[in-house]
Amino acid sequence: MEKRTGTDLVKRGMAEMQKGGVIMDVVNAEQAKIAEEAGAVAVMALERVPSDIRAAGGVARMADPTIVEDVQNAVSIPVMAKARIGHIVEARLLEAMGVDYIDESEVLTPADEVYHLNKRDFTVPFVCGARDLGEAARRIGEGASMIRTKGEPGTGNIVEAVRHMRMMQSQIKKVIGMSEDELMTEAKNIGAPFNILLEIKETGKFPVVNFAAGGVATPADAALMMQLGADGVFVGSGIFKSDNPEKFARAIVEATTHYEDYKLIAELSKDLGTAMKGIEISTLEKKDRMQDRGW
Amino acid sequence: MINIGVLALQGAVREHVKALQAPDVNVVVVKKSEQLDQIDGLVFPGGESTTMRRLINKYGFYEPLKHFAEKGKPVFGTCAGAILMAKELVGHKEPHIAVMDITVERNAFGRQRESFETLLKVKGIGEDVEGIFIRAPIIRQAGEGVDVLAEYDGEIVAARQGPFLACSYHPELTDDFRMHQYFVKMVRESMEVPA
Repeated sequence: MEKRTGTDLVKRGMAEMQKGGVIMDVVNAEQAKIAEEAGAVAVMALERVPSDIRAAGGVARMADPTIVEDVQNAVSIPVMAKARIGHIVEARLLEAMGVDYIDESEVLTPADEVYHLNKRDFTVPFVCGARDLGEAARRIGEGASMIRTKGEPGTGNIVEAVRHMRMMQSQIKKVIGMSEDELMTEAKNIGAPFNILLEIKETGKFPVVNFAAGGVATPADAALMMQLGADGVFVGSGIFKSDNPEKFARAIVEATTHYEDYKLIAELSKDLGTAMKGIEISTLEKKDRMQDRGW
Repeated sequence: MINIGVLALQGAVREHVKALQAPDVNVVVVKKSEQLDQIDGLVFPGGESTTMRRLINKYGFYEPLKHFAEKGKPVFGTCAGAILMAKELVGHKEPHIAVMDITVERNAFGRQRESFETLLKVKGIGEDVEGIFIRAPIIRQAGEGVDVLAEYDGEIVAARQGPFLACSYHPELTDDFRMHQYFVKMVRESMEVPA
């Protein structure tokens, strides 16, 4: 029988298997093992976690391939990695290395301020960040197989991820409730490809898995995002910038599974030690806002 | 009415719930081990087997799941679910729930870029079953009493042993619910055994 790789079903299906799980940022093999042991469904291999990228300044690029390879060799769960927005070659390198999922990420310094990657061209699936349905639909139009909120990475402040998730969920509901003759105007207003909105309306659901990302720092933050409709959670700096990464990682995994079991989450949150130090969003200068990268 | 559970610790739970829908089936999303007492059959969904196993241990599912299978209640595992059911895992010392006489190798086709879809001939189900293989395992060996239901490229990708059904691919990601209907029939038959 004919075998087809890189189809929408195969690429989107991979994200379906991650649902209800936590994807953790790691910068070396040792952290990757801690993440796997704690029950992460995947790890994101990168050179620095977002809060360190923020602190270091300068240009943030794709991780050194050695780090990616070390992480691939250390764990059996899927390994993701970040490429700069629009950086065709970084993405191709990661694909050639056999990375399981690429994050075309605003956490890195964009390589192209006009064009995002044409993700349909790739066999490897992509996840992209979005602040609202228009942005999410544009990325899906380009071939993204998974969406996540942008939030405000590396801040340990959940407010932006909440804003983005609430915005997407309310816009999705609105589209589902619209009559078909209203859709083109909505597509124009939010800058979304018409066919994606039509698909949402016809199927009554968002076409790809939608995770929360950007500011998740505690088990309660993860559970909050699940309650707001996230299919799962990315945790960047939140784990390995906390006092006790093993404990934090396990607690966040469990809170994501049992996001409505408050007694359990309270129990999990005891004696966790200090969470990462957070940043109040209003103190960020406009140039330091990662979520405004990409369109 | 028959009650079929989907183990909901992580993974593609919603899809299985949808695929199991039938007029005489009540689908139960299983998050606590006590719920196993209320169901006649159980699905282990696709997802990450290491994550599921950790949560199985953490939430006291291990013994109840083993007990559930020992009673001869039907279990259906897809992909990671098949890994949980295998008595032997290639490259691992310890299996997980270990209910079926199969040897399974994880990620046996390679990484995600090697994931694929194809049409399969599945014994007792059809000659055109959509097989979605995502970082899929392969059933390297099937013990005595295991009925091989499907092969791809000479490798076993679906098998049944009495009340246990396992496949490497993801029928839950398609609109073809024949595998699930087959499992529902298995559950129905298991309940007809005279007392």
